[in-house]
Amino acid sequence: MSAQHALLEARGIGKSFFGIPALDEVDFTLGRGEIHALLGENGAGKSTLIKILTGVYRRDRGTIALDGNEVSPEDVGQAQALGIGTVYQEVNLLENLTVAENLFLGRQPRRFGMIDRRAMREQSKALLARYGLNIDVDALLASYSVAIRQLIAIARAVDLSGKVLVLDEPTASLDANEVKGLFSVLRQLREEGLGIVIITHFLDQVYEIADRVTVLRNGRLVGSRALSELPRLELISMMLGRELQHITREHQAEPETVDERGAPSIRFQNYGKKGSVAPFDLDIRPGEVVGVAGLLGSGRTETAFLLFGIDRADSGTATIDGAQANISSPEAAIASGFGFCPEERKTDGIVGDLSVADNIVLALQASRGWMRPISSAQKRELADAFIKSLDIRPADRERPIKFLSGGNQQKAILARWLVTEPRLLILDEPTRGIDIGAHAEILKMIERLCSEGMSLIVISSELEELTAVAHRVVVLSDRRHVAELSGSQLTTDAIIEAIAGTGRTEAA
Amino acid sequence: MIHARNLPFITTLAIFVIAYALCVLQFPNMLSTRVIGNLLTDNAFLGIAAVGMTFVILSSGIDLSVGSVIAFTSVFVAVMVGSFGVHPLTAFIAALVISTLFGCLMGAMIRYLLIPPFVVTLAGMFLARGAAYLVSTESVPITHEFIDAMMGFYIRFPGGGRLTLLAMIMLAVFIAGIFIASRTRFGANVYAIGGNIQSAELMGVPVGSTTIRIYALSGFLSGLAGIVYTLYTSSGYSLATVGVELDAIAAVVIGGTLLTGGVGLIAGTFVGILLQGLIQTYIVFDGTLSSWWTKIVIGILLFVFIVLQRTIIWYSNRQLAVRQLKEV
Amino acid sequence: MHVITRRLRRLAPQLIALAIILGVISLVAPGFLTVSVQNGRLYGSLIDILVRAAPVALLTVGMTLVIATRGIDLSIGAVIAICGAVAASLITEGYSLPVVIAISLGVGIACGLWNGVLVAILDIQPIIATLILMVAGRGIAQLITEGVILTFNDDTFSALGSGAFAGIPIPIYLWLGTALIVGLLMRRTALGFLIEATGINRRAASLAGVRARFLIFAAYAISGLCAAIAGMIVTADIRGADANNAGLWLELDAILAVVVGGTSLNGGRFSITASLIGALIIQSINTGILVSGFPPEFNLIIKAGIIIIVLTLQSPAVMTLLGFMKFSRRRETLTHGTKEATR
Repeated sequence: MSAQHALLEARGIGKSFFGIPALDEVDFTLGRGEIHALLGENGAGKSTLIKILTGVYRRDRGTIALDGNEVSPEDVGQAQALGIGTVYQEVNLLENLTVAENLFLGRQPRRFGMIDRRAMREQSKALLARYGLNIDVDALLASYSVAIRQLIAIARAVDLSGKVLVLDEPTASLDANEVKGLFSVLRQLREEGLGIVIITHFLDQVYEIADRVTVLRNGRLVGSRALSELPRLELISMMLGRELQHITREHQAEPETVDERGAPSIRFQNYGKKGSVAPFDLDIRPGEVVGVAGLLGSGRTETAFLLFGIDRADSGTATIDGAQANISSPEAAIASGFGFCPEERKTDGIVGDLSVADNIVLALQASRGWMRPISSAQKRELADAFIKSLDIRPADRERPIKFLSGGNQQKAILARWLVTEPRLLILDEPTRGIDIGAHAEILKMIERLCSEGMSLIVISSELEELTAVAHRVVVLSDRRHVAELSGSQLTTDAIIEAIAGTGRTEAA
Repeated sequence: MIHARNLPFITTLAIFVIAYALCVLQFPNMLSTRVIGNLLTDNAFLGIAAVGMTFVILSSGIDLSVGSVIAFTSVFVAVMVGSFGVHPLTAFIAALVISTLFGCLMGAMIRYLLIPPFVVTLAGMFLARGAAYLVSTESVPITHEFIDAMMGFYIRFPGGGRLTLLAMIMLAVFIAGIFIASRTRFGANVYAIGGNIQSAELMGVPVGSTTIRIYALSGFLSGLAGIVYTLYTSSGYSLATVGVELDAIAAVVIGGTLLTGGVGLIAGTFVGILLQGLIQTYIVFDGTLSSWWTKIVIGILLFVFIVLQRTIIWYSNRQLAVRQLKEV
Repeated sequence: MHVITRRLRRLAPQLIALAIILGVISLVAPGFLTVSVQNGRLYGSLIDILVRAAPVALLTVGMTLVIATRGIDLSIGAVIAICGAVAASLITEGYSLPVVIAISLGVGIACGLWNGVLVAILDIQPIIATLILMVAGRGIAQLITEGVILTFNDDTFSALGSGAFAGIPIPIYLWLGTALIVGLLMRRTALGFLIEATGINRRAASLAGVRARFLIFAAYAISGLCAAIAGMIVTADIRGADANNAGLWLELDAILAVVVGGTSLNGGRFSITASLIGALIIQSINTGILVSGFPPEFNLIIKAGIIIIVLTLQSPAVMTLLGFMKFSRRRETLTHGTKEATR
């Protein structure tokens, strides 16, 4: 009877916020035993759709049917009770509780009205054993790694809901091995007949794990297709629309090879910090872009933190123009002419309630000290100049920066450093989480800056981006600098080999 | 297995035992059941209020209205019984209903108006104190045979000490609090909200009703503390118990509960109360020390425990980082 | 938008609230608004409000800065007691006025720096860190006064509390002057801007090279300094240091003044002027209840009622509702604009 219906069927879903449509007439169908990837650029409406399906938001229009019965989950608890469970990317479980308490929060086994801790422990162990996890369930969640927490979250969601599992960017902070483990769990769940929705940015992973894909763009449905009959290029064009050619051209228009750019002006020798990054040597010449590649957790961001003085190095020396420099804090780094655009834009980059103009002059004001304020006329001038040259939209310097899109925020942070006229700019994942247009502009700007003689360090997990933009790429693995590639050696394959090569020697 | 999160509690317990031993070495009389009985009775109202405060702080909130609610309840009960001739039991129930509803109201404002607990309960503190003034600004003595009977009820320890009804109420409240915190879903939800309110909400914890119940519980226990205080002083006075909320907060923090919420034990608060009582008793025994040393010593203890908690958090974060490094 | 209109718009809710409260009181108590000159000195309820507001207004100046850094300073009531005790005991020991004032101010700053160490260096939550001094502070003050109310007879010092200059009571000069100096210090240098950045996102500000620790230190030190001045006024006024009651609960009034002034407890953008109007609102309520003949028992209830109304109107929930209404209105013009742009 129920086999006639799809497991979860959403029809004509519409939702708007403050009158601005976020989702418009979107259909979504999930079958039993199906892993369904939900793709789209930022702002495409993926998370809005997920939140409607899981009861966080209420839809304005449309119907949702689970097993053929119409449902309208009003909150997360109701959606769970109906059988729809979710694992979110970051806000997940509670670190201050034990594993068992996390698994059974809100539904603890009880005896005589009191929580039965022994039963909870036993059931937790049994539950996790199904996922191949044999851990101390009475230990605090905080004592386990992200990958294990993710599995615990999945175990909880599946046990709680049992029909539909929604995973929002589950692999964002896992390494390759952990992703493999996660996928084998997902396959097992698929065998058991669960419908799984997975949101991810990694196309490789989509092809590896998903059966079907639904693509959203600008709040509308682009299409829903079986992956077995969908070539990769077509999927990308579904996601990006016409912008695809633009992108490929952008990447090809970068034939630069390393040439003689004079003596290195900034040298780090035997620079490192115990428990963070093993000592490394790094020379940076004026007008050079040095890429940093490596998997998550390989020490990429840690390298940036060391170079910018956020973490203090415990070995080695830094020299600038032949003179010893002591980069023990961001202020010292800035005084030496460094700038740093961090990866976590929201928490480490923008000062949300301040205006775009205030954000742009922040670093300059900080380096001048509090006694020498930047006049408001000066501030206006600087802000307007950079809003214009970087095409920050909307072009309103008084608007609080938190109301700007990710790409425009990133440009404003870039502007913050450009006003200080740095000699070295460190960019950590400068294009993560921003739209295609801003992405291309930022790459173009990196080029322009280095042609003006600025040195740049670009950390990125997109290898193609690195090979396109960098003159040299430093490869990291296991918190060590394992290779430096330049010239004709500089290809994505070579980088991957360099990362993988050390893995092999480690294993041996 | 000793969790890092229980370390503050164990430290408090150890400090209490050592401090008590030192006191006994100097004044052997402090070991007597009489001293212990008095200590429990003298701090009964504070202990009851501190249990409510522990729940509030575990949920990463704060309740500044405690002292005022105690004053209101005590003057309310005194006037009802003393001036209007209401039976004490009826007055008690009415007072508890009012204080519980008052807590509910504050919880609802915190939850639905999204005003920080600090500010809401600060307004509540003024409101309750103002209401107490309205009832009476005089100290109202009460006498009633029922109350006499209550005060006459005690268990005699060997050695002459007495476990009074007030002390028994406090111990009962602590035992109930321990069970509620560790063995009920409500208790688990309190820890969850204190850990991370967004995650708790996404995990299906009924944040709204739990928040209201937390402040209702604190209101109820403040009311009960007010009744106990009335019995203890045989009067109601609207200017009394100013700043009791600070003593309660101090007891909670000294007892090892993190003021950021999510970590702590009701039993720790009990030790915190005992430690405060011990300081006062010591000062009385010593005779040469002035009463203000109590405040200074409690301040020092607060400082020590807060720094200790910071160190533990810092240390366990480092341990975690080191472990993750090894996993890599 | 012109700077002055923007500033007026920021202050409008507080100014309107103050006007309404003063208006209501003058209806109930005729003659409330009259100011007269006796013996070359201004008298009247309005002057009284300005004089009585001095301690809270002073605390409010410091508290605004501390709250802007996303902190809170619970200890300032106790700091008033400590500084009052220090001043009184120095005077009774016969020290000269400048020495008394300098040492008292120094003690206040030291108290603020202590809080700063706990908050900025040890990274302790401000509410907890300042709780320590709040609890211990009165004990310390009693230690200084040795448990008695330390009285003195020194006309020059007591002028700080009850004297007048050019017809205007000295406490008014003190709090207005302090507010003016601190305000100029904040807005004529970059201190205010950097403090706001630190309060909104300390990590991002630090990564941009802002010396967040120094700013937090500065905020707590100024708060301690303001409390010291308030402590001297309170002590000078009653010609004695009462360790138990001097400045009792004034920190709460100061926090309320800041909140009523519209500065968010979550830190960030602040306005000292708005906070001061908040302090005047609170003092007007106090004085108003007194002069309008209500029994003083009503004082707290009415104050609490007004505060709850103000808080509710300013609460994020109500704000979102208002913002929603404003937004949908703005959006109409916005869509209009984009249509024209695409055309």
